[in-house]
Amino acid sequence: MKHLPAYFTFWHIFGHYALKWTAFTVLAFLMLPILIIVPLSFNAEPYFSFTEGMIALDPEAYSTRWYAAIFSDQKWLLSIRNSFLIGTMAATLSTILGTIAAVGLSSPVMPFKRLITALLLSPMIVPLIIVAAGMFFFYSRFNLVGSFTGLVIAHAALGMPFVIITVTATLSGFDRSLYNAGISMGASPLKVFWDVVIPLIRPGVISGGLFAFVTSFDEVVVVLFLAGPEQRTIPRQMFSGLREQINPTILAVATLLILISVSLLVALEILRRRSERLRGTAF
Amino acid sequence: MTDNTLSAADVVLARRELRRRKLSAFLFVAPLLLFLLFAFVAPIATMLVRSFYNPTVANLIPETLEQLAEWDGNALPSDAAQAVFAADLKRLANERSSGKLAEQVNRVFPGSSSVIKSTARRMRRVEDADLQQQGRALLLQANARWGDPEIWKAMAKTGSVYTPNYYLTALDLEASEAGGIQARDGAKIYVTLYTKTLRVAFIITILTFIAGYPLAYYLANAPTKTANMLMVFVLLPFWTSLLVRTTAWIALLQTNGVVNSFLMGIGVTSSPFDMLYTQFSTVLAMTHILLPFMILPLYSVMKGIDPSYMRAAMSMGDRPIPAFLKIYLPMTLPGLSAGALLVFIISVGYYITPALVGGTDGQMISNIIAFHMQQSNNWELAAALGSLLLAIILVLYWVYDRFVGASNIKLG
Amino acid sequence: MKTTSKLLAGTAALLMASLGQAQAESLTVVSFGGAYGAAQKTHMIDPYVAESGTNILFEDYSGGIAEIKAQVEAGNILWDVVDIEVIDLERACSEGLLEVIPQDMLPAGDDGVAAKDDFIPDALASECGVGVIVWSIVYAYNGAADGPQPSTIADFFDTGNFPGKRALRKRPQVNLEWALIADGVARDEVYEVLATDAGQARALAKLDTIKDDIVWFDSWSQAPQLLNDGGAVMVQSANGRIFSAMKDDNKPFEIVWDSNVYDLDVWAVVAGSPEKETALEFISYATGSKPLSGMADVAYGPTRISSAPYVDPSVNNDLPTAHIDEGLKADGIFWADYGESLGERFNEWLLK
Repeated sequence: MKHLPAYFTFWHIFGHYALKWTAFTVLAFLMLPILIIVPLSFNAEPYFSFTEGMIALDPEAYSTRWYAAIFSDQKWLLSIRNSFLIGTMAATLSTILGTIAAVGLSSPVMPFKRLITALLLSPMIVPLIIVAAGMFFFYSRFNLVGSFTGLVIAHAALGMPFVIITVTATLSGFDRSLYNAGISMGASPLKVFWDVVIPLIRPGVISGGLFAFVTSFDEVVVVLFLAGPEQRTIPRQMFSGLREQINPTILAVATLLILISVSLLVALEILRRRSERLRGTAF
Repeated sequence: MTDNTLSAADVVLARRELRRRKLSAFLFVAPLLLFLLFAFVAPIATMLVRSFYNPTVANLIPETLEQLAEWDGNALPSDAAQAVFAADLKRLANERSSGKLAEQVNRVFPGSSSVIKSTARRMRRVEDADLQQQGRALLLQANARWGDPEIWKAMAKTGSVYTPNYYLTALDLEASEAGGIQARDGAKIYVTLYTKTLRVAFIITILTFIAGYPLAYYLANAPTKTANMLMVFVLLPFWTSLLVRTTAWIALLQTNGVVNSFLMGIGVTSSPFDMLYTQFSTVLAMTHILLPFMILPLYSVMKGIDPSYMRAAMSMGDRPIPAFLKIYLPMTLPGLSAGALLVFIISVGYYITPALVGGTDGQMISNIIAFHMQQSNNWELAAALGSLLLAIILVLYWVYDRFVGASNIKLG
Repeated sequence: MKTTSKLLAGTAALLMASLGQAQAESLTVVSFGGAYGAAQKTHMIDPYVAESGTNILFEDYSGGIAEIKAQVEAGNILWDVVDIEVIDLERACSEGLLEVIPQDMLPAGDDGVAAKDDFIPDALASECGVGVIVWSIVYAYNGAADGPQPSTIADFFDTGNFPGKRALRKRPQVNLEWALIADGVARDEVYEVLATDAGQARALAKLDTIKDDIVWFDSWSQAPQLLNDGGAVMVQSANGRIFSAMKDDNKPFEIVWDSNVYDLDVWAVVAGSPEKETALEFISYATGSKPLSGMADVAYGPTRISSAPYVDPSVNNDLPTAHIDEGLKADGIFWADYGESLGERFNEWLLK
């Protein structure tokens, strides 16, 4: 785009720069609200806005007190632990079930493929409020409301579509003759699955798992309906904080969560590259 | 050349083999299907059932309902029926469940809750024998409204276990005396809310298109290195927690927030604007949150379009805008429809952001469902409202699946 | 692959172990948070935990009976002990959402007077709760702001002379009472008028006159914040929260006591609580003379006469009991009967 073609008129050039500036404005719109949280979380005052001292870069106006507040508050600590706990268990469950199912789904002879795929992916589009309300009624019959098990099951269901999508995408680059060769050599489908398929699609499986983890880690509507006081999670704690007692501790937590998203993004990028390399060499 | 036709035995074998492979593929999917059936499908089904099946009143006052079944519905029920009801009411007061009856009847006949509850409180102190002999008089004495056939009709109506009433309420309708359906008195709360929700979702879709299309175009045509770097600025917000992004908008928009202090600092205004807790803040925050869902599919479609098409059109003398409209836009339609449908589907059912930044003005249908689930405890109405919402979503999802394919959702 | 599966198995085992730990028995006590919650934590929760060794989860809610009702009706009891406003208590009790508390379990006051004579009568009026505080719903404004200063409930509804946003709690209780008083109904006739269709319409019509200037909030803890950050010029609040902002944070707030609606809060046990015995034990402890006296830290009157000696006399004038003549007693029975219908009517009005 540096060297504009010679046949460009004034309007072409104007259009080119207008496009560039529009694109950068939109990028700023996407990023600035998130970036603004970071300095605000170091506000020495209990407000959600920049103080005069902060604008003058007075070191006195900045403080890490809200970070200290997270780690001295029993409720935040409990929520952090619960979020990781529920997220890991839910992601493990959806990765296992989702990966196995994705293998079946990508078989060319899978019956009712379209319908079943649409059904398996539906947790992604059904409004969470409907899911949460339904689970509140149904799970209470099995004593699963106010329990970790209930939340893990619910979040595993919600994370499932992401595993299916990423694993089927990886499997589409997978040579089915390898699978068939394994079968024809007398190995059971499960053995072939474990020894041949899994190692090849591992990057896809791991990124699916990461998606499922993030889904659970970020989910709040179902938690609002199913969790008891002992199962409060980070988003649940943020939600009630935003509704009731707004103070910069939430901004500090938000900053930490941004750090987590950055590292997840990096992890996914590494996996994507590795998956491309694997496909490039294996096939 | 060998004979191409298969022998009958081969056909049978091949069929059996195919069936075996089909079964094996299905068995891989089966555990997940079973899991989702329990964890996801059954809960939603339970909720749907609740929207038309409600046995509460039938369980609370079975004997009264038996009596009312014989009543012609014109004048008041017989003295005997009223006495039976008075006794039922006393029993409910002692079991402390008169509130449940009051709640149910009040939904059909607003204002009756206080009549039932205060009467139940009075009946609790009356001897059984007196109730049997002068139930009717005692009821009237407790509250004059027992002389109005309407409250009895309401009771008979709530007694039926299967009812379309919640769907009618959800559509601002009610059953008329004559057995037909008529518009409900007063404001059209829910229909207004559905149209508002669809309107807001539509506005958000348009806004994400206006902001997302140029950006996607720019990224798709930028050198790969620049594009990859800038893509991070799209993906990072996408990966950032929803609550973090909503928090950011609260910090920006509140009365003493960043935007207001900035505007006051540079002298644009002397008193802060009310931006938070309005429909404006809901639309703005949701556009921000859903923008990546528009950009990602657009980007991936545009990436596949050879830029020489546009150049050829333009070098042949077409002005950029007609060239764009005739050549480029149609080629990006798959990405556009994927993004637009996804953004629309997600915004129609959105709950969290309107709940936190929407105030009273920015509430959407999901918020009113949550309200009936958590505040008014009208679970049946919540279920009916939810079923209608689900129907809208499923139609949109069907369209999406037909034109885009459910498994083509872009995750970055 | 082997290391991955080992890692997975390891994490799973670890998670299982910590899950088991997390589900150890404990008592969940729910109250209103903010300054009031902090006082309860200092004077009731912490000493009880220290003495009994019971693990207590102390949670916040924003009042009302909806959450309790949802738990009881769906059979998911998540809370054990709740601090509930008497304005809501009768309704919760008559709908079977609360356990009956045997009042003879309550210990005598520190001066030896038996509980039934030591508590003020309203504190033991219901079989479902034991009184914790006498408190009052008032409105407050920022004394440092320019312009005329409001002094009556009518001023709250007078946007001509007192422009600006007003913050009210998003429920019919108290708001409808105030609307009627501002519209000229005598305080002792409010509930009588509100029991009629015309009276309800009148109250909503009065609220309509300021509807565009109302900021609604859910939780009491939001009230002082709204006043502080300029979100509203007049806020409805529990008197103690304004008192604590004035005293502890030196805020220039002023309380208007005219037509304050005074009420009690009680400790109650959610029906079907699996920890009922411990819950009752906690309530007996928390309603002792000494713990109750701690509520005066946030300007709420204790419900036991024997608590008086522990209370610093300088707060006496800030306690609701000093302003009962200007006030109106919240009528729990009225709201038990009308809460349902008025709630519905109020919400329809809100959505209009």
